[in-house]
Amino acid sequence: MAQAKKKAAAKKPAAKKTAAKKAAPKKSAAKKPAAKKVAAKTRKAPRTVAKKGASNQGPSNKTLKEMHLKMLRIRRFEERSGKLMEDGKVPGALHLYVGQEAVASGVMQHLTSEDWITSTHRGHGHLLAKGGEFKPMFAELFGRSTGYCKGKGGSMHISNMDLGMLGANGIVGGGPPIAMGAAFSNQFQGNKNVSVAFFGDGASNEGSVHEAANMAALYKLPCIFVCENNGYGEYTRQSKHQAIVDVADRASGYGMPGVICDGMDVMSVYEAAGEAIELARSGGGPTLLECKTYRYYDHVGIRGMGLNYRTDEEVEEWKKKDAINNFEKRLIQLGVMSRKQLDALDAKICEDIEEAIQYASDSPFPTPDQLLEDVYYVKGA
Amino acid sequence: MSEAKKPEPRVLPYVLAINEGIRTVLSEQDDAFLAGEDVAEAGSVYGYCGGLLDQFGPRRVIDTPISEKGIMGLGVGASATGCRPIIDLMFMDFIGECMDEVANQMAKMRYMFGGKATLPVTVLTMGGAGGSMAAQHSQSLEAWLAHLPGMKVVMPSDAYDAKGMIISACRDDNPVFVVLNKSSLAMSMEVPEESYEVPLGEAIVRKQGTDLTIVAFGRMVHEALDAAEQLKDVGLNVEVIDARSVQPFDTATVVTSIKKTHRALIVHEAVKFGGIGGEITAQIQEQAFDYLDAPVMRVAAPFSPVPFSPALESLYIPNAASIVAKVKETLEL
Repeated sequence: MAQAKKKAAAKKPAAKKTAAKKAAPKKSAAKKPAAKKVAAKTRKAPRTVAKKGASNQGPSNKTLKEMHLKMLRIRRFEERSGKLMEDGKVPGALHLYVGQEAVASGVMQHLTSEDWITSTHRGHGHLLAKGGEFKPMFAELFGRSTGYCKGKGGSMHISNMDLGMLGANGIVGGGPPIAMGAAFSNQFQGNKNVSVAFFGDGASNEGSVHEAANMAALYKLPCIFVCENNGYGEYTRQSKHQAIVDVADRASGYGMPGVICDGMDVMSVYEAAGEAIELARSGGGPTLLECKTYRYYDHVGIRGMGLNYRTDEEVEEWKKKDAINNFEKRLIQLGVMSRKQLDALDAKICEDIEEAIQYASDSPFPTPDQLLEDVYYVKGA
Repeated sequence: MSEAKKPEPRVLPYVLAINEGIRTVLSEQDDAFLAGEDVAEAGSVYGYCGGLLDQFGPRRVIDTPISEKGIMGLGVGASATGCRPIIDLMFMDFIGECMDEVANQMAKMRYMFGGKATLPVTVLTMGGAGGSMAAQHSQSLEAWLAHLPGMKVVMPSDAYDAKGMIISACRDDNPVFVVLNKSSLAMSMEVPEESYEVPLGEAIVRKQGTDLTIVAFGRMVHEALDAAEQLKDVGLNVEVIDARSVQPFDTATVVTSIKKTHRALIVHEAVKFGGIGGEITAQIQEQAFDYLDAPVMRVAAPFSPVPFSPALESLYIPNAASIVAKVKETLEL
């Protein structure tokens, strides 16, 4: 059964209309195995991704609700952020995560604040899923001193060390070497924590990613490389920036398992990430997990620069696979939540967001004396 | 009074002082580790990591692939999450391979995160020409690093400072580049066995003088001291300052000296254009313009890649003779 899934996954180009179709589960959320593709030609004997124990009956309703909450918080936060940017209410550029919510939510469901992640330029979703709060996040986007980074990092460097979030990153491919280093710390300190590097199909062509992956495999570090293949490196479609369809194919070259999952389905991500994270926690080393996904908005902002690089039809096609809509239908079907409850939750999130935006715009800007603060660590300061 | 023999002062070459600095740090700090290309089993291509693997084991002395982005990323990620890495970047020239990790991640993370990340990482690297290693294994790129807010950069000129600055760098909670010099490896002097610090960001007057102040970096300090000796023969008494630290730079010590000598000459091995000498010249004219009796002058490498041929390389690297000539020019002699 897994065999068929493997092949189906291997042939799917991310940016085409058929992409990820077969991986989209239609039945019970709990039963569906992740579409899986274990590296065939590792130098060592190929590792098999850990199988779920017989006792594991799938995620609890609590877990399902938490993942839904994560996704919805991201969606509403990003929609509102994009609007603020296009209305000129926030300075700078925002790279928004709308469409990809299932990836951050499904992975982060397995992590605690003790686990480290590195993010990308499209980083709000990762921080929100890791436990980021609306108020200090909006305050950061507004450049206020009450922001997570005291207004010094902004959208592209938003971070929270207490939540184990080692920053969004303005450099494509900047995160994975850092995540590898954090995983090294975990191994050095002898704890069971893992680190997760999120990066895109664009970043998968950066040398830094290859070096980090090679070292993580070499040292068997508890590091999971999560490639969010959204089909585009900025404005260049995947087929124009790499000769492969599945980034996970590269895993065998690093000497780690490569797994593909449906990045539009939070259950698919949850299950695949769960196995990879379990493997890492138990000393089995890294996994390259590729999530086939899509961003609905432009590279920057919502409509962005209006460049002609993809069709509206393509976007609409992907929206049919929308992670949140489909998951909500499933939650209703499973009797986990009712439409009414979902609507009430949505309303509450929107209300919280408006309150956070008010908080952010009422917050003070950093004072001039903060300009030179935090460049260096100063003893006793 | 006592007839008891004084113990012989212990003399160590620069290369072993580096070793002792690292050894001291690994002994004192349980969360420190050393990682780099060929540092463990081979003991580094310069020999300064010899014996460290035996003493501290493979958990703390780690051979890496030839992957500078990975190695430097290891330093960033591990230091931000509770370790105190010592990263060995074999040749300073290889920094091009990892400049993103150095410039965009390591130097800036603390600031970008609003002061909530601390990166106690030390990078040891080897600069300098003199061995016909040609254009990609001989450069002095300290100005690249000194241009990065968040980064500290030091250049120990001798064995004593090499050990003491490595210890200070590793105790510092900021990223610090310790730029060593490959032509100084055999240079020996008395080095205490015990642990000691040489402060970062403090220049030191190596020779007192009255007629002109030479500010020199790294190995150039020794060329400057040689020049100072030669200048005595023509009745000139120059002061020689070992800058020791490029970032932060100790402008105060230089300005104090210039208020006495009224003339300044900056000496570094890096190319003159865009070198740190230009910055120091600017700082001197900003802070001590009224005390100057002559333009601030520089002796540095010409604007070319480091040549391979010994015949050209010896012309390329500043030396005592070129310093003597420039001092005389400054004094209009």
